[in-house]
Amino acid sequence: MRCGSFNVCLRSGLPQIAAGITQLYRDFAVLDPADTYVDFEVEVRAPNAMRRHLRPQALLLCDGRIPFKPLPLAQAMPMLEWGLNWVISSHAHDCLVLHAAVVERGGRALVLAADPGSGKSTLCAALVHGGWRLLSDELTLVSLADGTVHPIARPISLKNASIEVVRGLEPDIVLSEVCHDTAKGSVAHMRPPRASVLAMDQRARPAMLVFPRYGAGAALDSRAEGRAHALLELTRHAFNASVLAGEGFDALCRFVEGVHAHRISYASFDQVIPEIDRLWREIE
Amino acid sequence: MTRAPAQPTLLSATLGHPESVRGFARSDWESLVWQSRAAELMAQLHSRLSDSGVLDQAPEAARRHLGLASTIATRHASAVRHELRGLQEALQPLGVPVLLLKGAAYAAMSHPAAMGRIFNDIDLMVPKAALPQVEERLHWAGWFPALTTAYDERYYREWMHEIPPLEHKNRGTVLDVHHTILPPTSGIRPDPADLFAQSTALAGEWSFFRVLAPTDMVIHSACHLFFGEFHKGLRDLFDLDALLSDFSRQPGFWRALVERARQLQLGLPVLDALQQCQRVYNTTVPESVGDELSRCAASSWPRSWRAWLFDHALRPAHASAFGRSTRLAHGAIFVRSHWLRMPLPLLVRHVSHKLFVAD
Repeated sequence: MRCGSFNVCLRSGLPQIAAGITQLYRDFAVLDPADTYVDFEVEVRAPNAMRRHLRPQALLLCDGRIPFKPLPLAQAMPMLEWGLNWVISSHAHDCLVLHAAVVERGGRALVLAADPGSGKSTLCAALVHGGWRLLSDELTLVSLADGTVHPIARPISLKNASIEVVRGLEPDIVLSEVCHDTAKGSVAHMRPPRASVLAMDQRARPAMLVFPRYGAGAALDSRAEGRAHALLELTRHAFNASVLAGEGFDALCRFVEGVHAHRISYASFDQVIPEIDRLWREIE
Repeated sequence: MTRAPAQPTLLSATLGHPESVRGFARSDWESLVWQSRAAELMAQLHSRLSDSGVLDQAPEAARRHLGLASTIATRHASAVRHELRGLQEALQPLGVPVLLLKGAAYAAMSHPAAMGRIFNDIDLMVPKAALPQVEERLHWAGWFPALTTAYDERYYREWMHEIPPLEHKNRGTVLDVHHTILPPTSGIRPDPADLFAQSTALAGEWSFFRVLAPTDMVIHSACHLFFGEFHKGLRDLFDLDALLSDFSRQPGFWRALVERARQLQLGLPVLDALQQCQRVYNTTVPESVGDELSRCAASSWPRSWRAWLFDHALRPAHASAFGRSTRLAHGAIFVRSHWLRMPLPLLVRHVSHKLFVAD
């Protein structure tokens, strides 16, 4: 299976994983191991035989390495999603890896960078529902070689109240079963649109950077952000800035120079989406 | 997943004979990349393949991983130099000798053993009497003990050869401050004053720091591996191979090594190190050196057990090289390392604490 710029061979005997993959990755191609270079082997399984009956758990292994402590079996699918994010963010060092959502329209990318809990993934889901192409809700991979964004198109991760908000967008949206009591609260994943999955090879050039901030009852506040501030804030969202050091800083500078940066506070999609459309038309 | 380990020596054989990659299938390259990542030897593999002009044999995807490993290693090297400058600034006013150990020493010496190395921590050694001042200066420079329990604190302070690891409050880098090279509880107590007396000052940029004498550096590296656990066994052995290949060009090195090992009562770990280097990386060791060391290296374990143990424990921690036997060997090594480090009553206490009190 494709996982960002890598190919991953996934192995699991757990029914939760089989169900999650069938539901969320329905449109992903199953690659033939005979003619695919496998970058990583990922396995999700029970830690040991004893544990199978008493408080059953799931353990994730990547090439024999164990990036996280085992979690309750019910959280096997969210753990796989976090594990695949870890695979990308800890190895794709030929890219600047930003903790940001990214969507595309007309070959150009809109990047949404924000701290967890700011409504980034929810807004991403709404934009995708409104016709933008999903590149990622979590990891923006900016190529160090040419500055384009590499699509990932994996499921969108939704937390707590945002699960019902996204479910309310349209009855056709496919959401996984909600997993309660995880480290991030209640979690569910949204199946990526088929068109986004099929367009996984089409990279996009970054055009706009938005720092969204959801606040219940907030009035729409939308203002352009200066490059220096945008650069500083984006540095905080770069997963591999310390690994890339000077090269990463240069890439961040080039990224910020190539986009229009904006900061938007909002309380509803009705406020923020028309505002994004308006800004997008201005830069077109 | 309990498959038989398919290619237990793929990585070490390729490091020893890079030309063997001609004719590798794609699956061999996949395993090679996984094994070298697990063993923390990917950047070293990259430079071996590149030096032998066979890097272009690799599929593009494998070349990408190897190239990235090399970039990360370069970044590690510059981060270590940055940390060393900070440590020099913090410790220079004290006027006490500061010895760099292991990776940090190889890096400051620009030794081939430093090439491609990934640094998990920086090890240094200072005289025990200077520890309070050194710790205070390090606190002011931002180094604080990583969270430890009262038991851990006592374990390190009373029984070990180092203080609890320090972590930099901003950068998260880890510093191990030693006062000797072996846990005093192991019963073998090299005199730290002697190690300092034999040590050499570095030249040029790093002249503030000292490093162990070549013989002591090899002995310390051997002890670190063969008294410890083998999580990074192949990498540590690769370091030893690089050290031996370089130092053995100095006239009289082998004789001095045997003499020093005998004097410090560390003939056994040195003999183990030389034999395993020969077996895994084809390191050239004169036959007489092994014979002489055998005479001062007694082990209570039968020779065949030890051979089996080292063969299985010195494999990359990846399923393609690692099976049930490897896990068993690691378990045995873990027990052995504690056995070597502590007398029995202390070992019983330590194990009971870890089993029943610590979580």
